[in-house]
Amino acid sequence: MTRYIRRASVFCLVLLVALLVNSARVMIFEADSLDDNPANRRNTIARYTQPRGNILVDGKAVTGSRDTDEQLRYERTYREGPLYAPVTGYASQVYGTSLLENAEDDILSGTDPMLAPLPLFNDLTRSQQPGGRVATTINAAAQKAAYSGLAGRRGAVAALDPATGKILALVSSPSYDPGAIAGTDSATMSAWKKLNRAPSQPMLNRAIRQTYPPGSTFKIVTAAAALDSGLVTDVHEPTETPSPWRLPDTSTLLRNEARGCEDASLADAIRVSCNTVMAKLGVQVGLKGMVSTARRFGFDDAGVRIPSGVSRSNFDTDMDRSQLALSSIGQFNTTATPLQMAMVSAAVANGGVLMAPHLVERTTDGHGNTVAQTGSKAYRQAMNPATAVQLQELMQDAVENGTGTNAQIPDVAVGGKTGTAQHGVGNKGTPYAWFISWARSPEAGIAEVAVAVVVEDASANRTDISGGGSAAPIARDVMEAALNSAAR
Amino acid sequence: MGPAGTRAGVSPPAVPAVRLPRRRGTELVLIVLAVLLSVYGYCAVGIAKNGSVPPDAAGYGAGLGVLALVAHGAIRLRAPYADPLLLPIGVLLNGLGLVLIYRLDLETPHDRAAPAQLIWSTLGVALFIAVVVLVRDHRVLQRYAYLSAVAALLLMVLPIFFPAVNGARIWLRIGGFSIQPGEFAKVLLAIFFASYLAANRNALSYTGKKIWRFQLPTMRVFAPILVFWLISVGVLALERDLGTSLLFFGLFIVMLYVATGRGSWIAIGLLLAAGGAVFVGALEPHVNSRVQDWLHPFASIDAGEGPGQLAQSLFAFAAGGMLGEGLGAGHSILIGFAVKSDFILATAGEELGLVGLTAIFVLYALLVERGYRAGLALRDPFGRLLAIGIASIVALQVFVIAGGVMGLIPLTGMAMPFLAQGGSSVVTNWIIVALLVRISDSARAQLLPDDALEAHR
Repeated sequence: MTRYIRRASVFCLVLLVALLVNSARVMIFEADSLDDNPANRRNTIARYTQPRGNILVDGKAVTGSRDTDEQLRYERTYREGPLYAPVTGYASQVYGTSLLENAEDDILSGTDPMLAPLPLFNDLTRSQQPGGRVATTINAAAQKAAYSGLAGRRGAVAALDPATGKILALVSSPSYDPGAIAGTDSATMSAWKKLNRAPSQPMLNRAIRQTYPPGSTFKIVTAAAALDSGLVTDVHEPTETPSPWRLPDTSTLLRNEARGCEDASLADAIRVSCNTVMAKLGVQVGLKGMVSTARRFGFDDAGVRIPSGVSRSNFDTDMDRSQLALSSIGQFNTTATPLQMAMVSAAVANGGVLMAPHLVERTTDGHGNTVAQTGSKAYRQAMNPATAVQLQELMQDAVENGTGTNAQIPDVAVGGKTGTAQHGVGNKGTPYAWFISWARSPEAGIAEVAVAVVVEDASANRTDISGGGSAAPIARDVMEAALNSAAR
Repeated sequence: MGPAGTRAGVSPPAVPAVRLPRRRGTELVLIVLAVLLSVYGYCAVGIAKNGSVPPDAAGYGAGLGVLALVAHGAIRLRAPYADPLLLPIGVLLNGLGLVLIYRLDLETPHDRAAPAQLIWSTLGVALFIAVVVLVRDHRVLQRYAYLSAVAALLLMVLPIFFPAVNGARIWLRIGGFSIQPGEFAKVLLAIFFASYLAANRNALSYTGKKIWRFQLPTMRVFAPILVFWLISVGVLALERDLGTSLLFFGLFIVMLYVATGRGSWIAIGLLLAAGGAVFVGALEPHVNSRVQDWLHPFASIDAGEGPGQLAQSLFAFAAGGMLGEGLGAGHSILIGFAVKSDFILATAGEELGLVGLTAIFVLYALLVERGYRAGLALRDPFGRLLAIGIASIVALQVFVIAGGVMGLIPLTGMAMPFLAQGGSSVVTNWIIVALLVRISDSARAQLLPDDALEAHR
């Protein structure tokens, strides 16, 4: 019997070995694929076991975390959610993340390897680093001025520091409270549905994700092309332009809203916003020159990231001369995000060098030690420095004596350009009122803020809507707020 | 009877009259270690979940310690030559089981299982002491072979008359208590098998017709055992308790093989098993679905219904990795139903890792090995078969349930010995350890000179 007992014991040993080998299979060799199975909730649970790192504006957190004591423990909260929603985006336990919450998710959730004290530290210790912080470039005063200026009307504001590319304000209106969709309860679900169904699209970030026909504000780009190409050497020399002007190769007459555009100089055309002069200059520069200038300002670039992606602003590359004429005054297929038009203004203000726009000043670990710092770097040389100086004068003239008088700030050099863009079938849609501008306080050698404002105002009289009326005051308030807080 | 036979032939004077070491001190040290480990685990859970040592940690340790020490005292008194590893392994596994159940209780505040488990453990230790004290010689049990058989059958048949719980009719519910009589039945069956096989093993081995190369036993000897086996398996199929069915069958085969040494038994057994498995798997939807789950653990995820229990169990083991998440830091509660009973091992795997799980398997393996060792050392066939039988119960049960929750074999509902929530199971396991203590004591005590042996008895 002893022999059989020994054999039976070998059988038991085989069972033990089978169990151990199978354990190694499940727990070591197949562990990664099991861990990453989308139906495995552990990754989701781990993500919310600690408070998410905060997003800072002027050094103060505009986000927070709430301990729900549920399975997904910490839930995102937002201070002044609607005001900063176009900056932060949302971090929802159900619907994922957007904008900065999305772009800097690794830092905020603590999974970024840069947050660990040593390489592979997190893997070895199975620990999670506390969430890092993201300090934005946003200027709270400018942001608030833009938000209250829009006052719930559909529109957007983007403000830049022309010398660095820092985004000082990024507002989209109407906005929403991302805190309402942060959790997992039924209120979250209904809030999400409501926000997605709303015709005003409150979750659309109009400042970087919506393109509008830029209208007359695009004339700055056309003027830069005319000056850079040498087509115009003296901005005060009259151009031989009839008013109205017949679009090339068509019988369509292009008219002006403004008076005194017949044979107007480039300076006069910018000051009072002459369609005819600028359309004709665009055609004279030619398709190639217009496209290359527009691209130097950032048009047609789908890769702009702040770090969230910015929608591509469009300037067509294949057009006949009449289409080019309309495109040169910001109509036809030309479209731009508000951030793109702020970049146009900033390039002029910064002497022709367009700095890369960015929203993140620096990221830190949970204790405030810097992980990464976003340096200022040039995006492109948008135009010759001389051209920039000439355009600065023209834009200043438009604010002092032309269409942009609503943007004047006492004792501050302000340059601007109005725009009114029609859209919709037969141009029946509510027009977009545009204003782009920059401001330079007397003691500063260089402009400290550049702004683009777009407002859609259905309640206003259509003929009354112009960039000068609706948008310029908002731009002025934003610039003033930025200058005041910079001076402090 | 190879070596044992020769040893039996040696006359008593050849055995030197040295004092046989009792090794009770070793046992005591190991018990203290087992209790300390359990208390450490209990504290680790509290610190991980609430940031503080549970207020009743000392009480828990004291309770477990007193139970273990009383059991140790009973061994000192009545089984002084017993194997010193058996009781500490039981204490450690039982203590660890309480820790795991307590840890899962923290996730289900309205459904606390640990207090009841502690009461059952106390009852289990009480029965352990009763067996060690009352059963002075394991050979006494041989007298009750047929009584055991009848009792085992009764215990298995009873639940059929009670309502099914979660698809299986294996429970007796009386008042607030629920008992799983099949758990007790397996020990009784082992006693019956051991006794019957010990009495008839020669007849079983050497008689009967020969078909091809297989020597068949005579029907006279074989019929009773086959009938008994058919009844028990039939009853289990009716109760849809596949795990216990598999366990009984495996037990039957192992004991039959050890008793007769005939490979033909294994062949017949495997044929019967394969036939039964195909038959039941095809006809019985409850069993069929278990097989489908085993073959395709992630089918429900692909179907958009979320992960099933087995998938959740595999996720838990995978999350454990090499070193585990740490006690209290895992999420095995996602398994949901039966997380404290059938799936308790997943919590051990997730929170203690492959290292901890291996340690647990090694503890079980040691328990089995000690049983086999006692079986090898004994001289009487009944004792040998009984030792092998109850040790094999542990081995098979661990394999069936651990293999099931880890996707090695189809999942069948069973309790992980000592670890899982379940009163009948923990009580039965203490009885098993008590029987092993008794047998190992006999195995060593037989080395004593005759006069000392008389004194021992």
